[in-house]
Amino acid sequence: MSIDWFPLWLSLRVAALATLLSLLLGLWLAYLLANRDFRGREALDAAVALPLVLPPTVLGYYLLVLLGRESPLGRLYEWLTGSPLVFSWQAAVVAAMFHAIPLLVISARAALESVDHTYERAARNLGASEWRVFWKVSLPLARRSILAVAVLAFARTLGDFGVTIMIAGNIPGRTQTIAVAIYDAVEAGNGALARLLVIVISVIAIAILAIANRLVTRRATA
Amino acid sequence: MIQVRIHKAFPARPDSASFSLAVDLQAAAGVTALFGPSGAGKTLTLDAIAGFFVPDEGRIMLDDDILFDGPSGVCVPPRLRRCGYVFQNYALFPHMTLRQNLAFAAERSPRLERHRKVNEMLERFHLNDAAGRRPHEVSGGQKQRCSIARALIGSPKLLLLDEPARGLDAPLRADLYAVLRQVRAEFQTPILLVTHDLEECFELADEMLILRQGRVVQSGPPRLVADRPASVEVARLLGIYNLLPAEIVELDPQRNLSRILCGEFDLSGPYFPGRFRGDRVWLCVRTEQLAVSERDGRLGPNQVAAQLLRSVDMPHSVRLEFSGDIRAEIPRAEWEKQKHNKEWAVSFPQDALRVL
Repeated sequence: MSIDWFPLWLSLRVAALATLLSLLLGLWLAYLLANRDFRGREALDAAVALPLVLPPTVLGYYLLVLLGRESPLGRLYEWLTGSPLVFSWQAAVVAAMFHAIPLLVISARAALESVDHTYERAARNLGASEWRVFWKVSLPLARRSILAVAVLAFARTLGDFGVTIMIAGNIPGRTQTIAVAIYDAVEAGNGALARLLVIVISVIAIAILAIANRLVTRRATA
Repeated sequence: MIQVRIHKAFPARPDSASFSLAVDLQAAAGVTALFGPSGAGKTLTLDAIAGFFVPDEGRIMLDDDILFDGPSGVCVPPRLRRCGYVFQNYALFPHMTLRQNLAFAAERSPRLERHRKVNEMLERFHLNDAAGRRPHEVSGGQKQRCSIARALIGSPKLLLLDEPARGLDAPLRADLYAVLRQVRAEFQTPILLVTHDLEECFELADEMLILRQGRVVQSGPPRLVADRPASVEVARLLGIYNLLPAEIVELDPQRNLSRILCGEFDLSGPYFPGRFRGDRVWLCVRTEQLAVSERDGRLGPNQVAAQLLRSVDMPHSVRLEFSGDIRAEIPRAEWEKQKHNKEWAVSFPQDALRVL
């Protein structure tokens, strides 16, 4: 049996890119929520957690409306890159990001808040700007937890199904990620392929959990 | 010169009662100690000056700069205040070496000068050997010197020290005092020092301010404050006084005399200006000014009989605790001579008596 490994490679690529992007966005949101007091902070806090409670199809539908070819954002993207966003592998990245960001923001915020605020005060007292305080003090002091969060976020981006199928679709060889491919294989009665992909993804997930756990416990004993 | 006149109300929280900070103080060059019990608002006062919270009203001036002004809404952010702060646990960045800690603080200087400044500070505070190590790899004394150097490297206009001697053993404490004297001599920076150790005030401070429940209740040179506490509360905080409830029964300005009834004791003291006969007061006399002797027969004037409850060895003296809440502190040699006394008499020297 020749196996099409494309879904696995696509998933890894999507997950890597989505992790990177959601880390940037998520850290920024976590920083805002942990340190700044501004109007609409609670609304933002709630909005960040929303993808956790909405059914993935609902979230996917919203994104479809928001990023579709007729929407301003969709048109902007198409104008910038020359091709539509929806039903492309880039849409799978967006889907994966929405899957990872709530967890990432919540954990990164906890990590940032667990940094002893005396260090941040000391840094400000020594003339550092908020930007420098964050990059030189808060982030390095929380780096282990944040690394662990990033690893978990990677695992999560690997596993998105619902939103991906709504906005990226299920186009073999183009947008079919591993989670979608497993669904497809089961639907088509291809039990052997489904089993194989399930085992692969389980092994990867377990390995990632082990890494994340090690990061967290090393921090606790250090 | 730092001038602070601020008010801030902290509402009650599940883990703390409400607190109101209303300090009014100023400090010029030299060392000014903020002395008071825990919870008096000493650290809060430093935090207000450093800008870690916004007072409800008032004004903070450092030299000619307004750091905070309630009515006009001016509130300079902490990073622009130029108040070097030495935190209680030093707050050296654990992920940086001592050199990097200093370099972080020197960031405001031009690049070339930065290097020179860091090296100069490492030299001056004897940190060269430890420069490449992280805070958890160096000794307590090095950490402490590094945190002081770090606070000074940006040429602050004021140095804030939050109980720097807390938790240090005697040799380290002596080192710290030497470093602070060096800082006072070499940098023209006024220093505000938070402490609850009276000896430390005497050791370092030119002026001391006594804080109690968020307010400055007395200020002046340590010697003067300790000799002339302005109130019973201050005398109690200083911890070097006997405080006994008493009543003035006679006052004679001509002969500079007074008679005080203190429980069953009948004592004579100097004339107390501004007091009236019948005033209920606190008799206030320093523990080391009381004399003790063996009681034989009649008691002399200003001598009272007391029962010795406990004797406590102190580093340089012996503290005797008598019935009636009387404490006396006598030299060790004196104690060796008298320790077999069966009954005791305590004399209150007439001139040493004060009332509050």
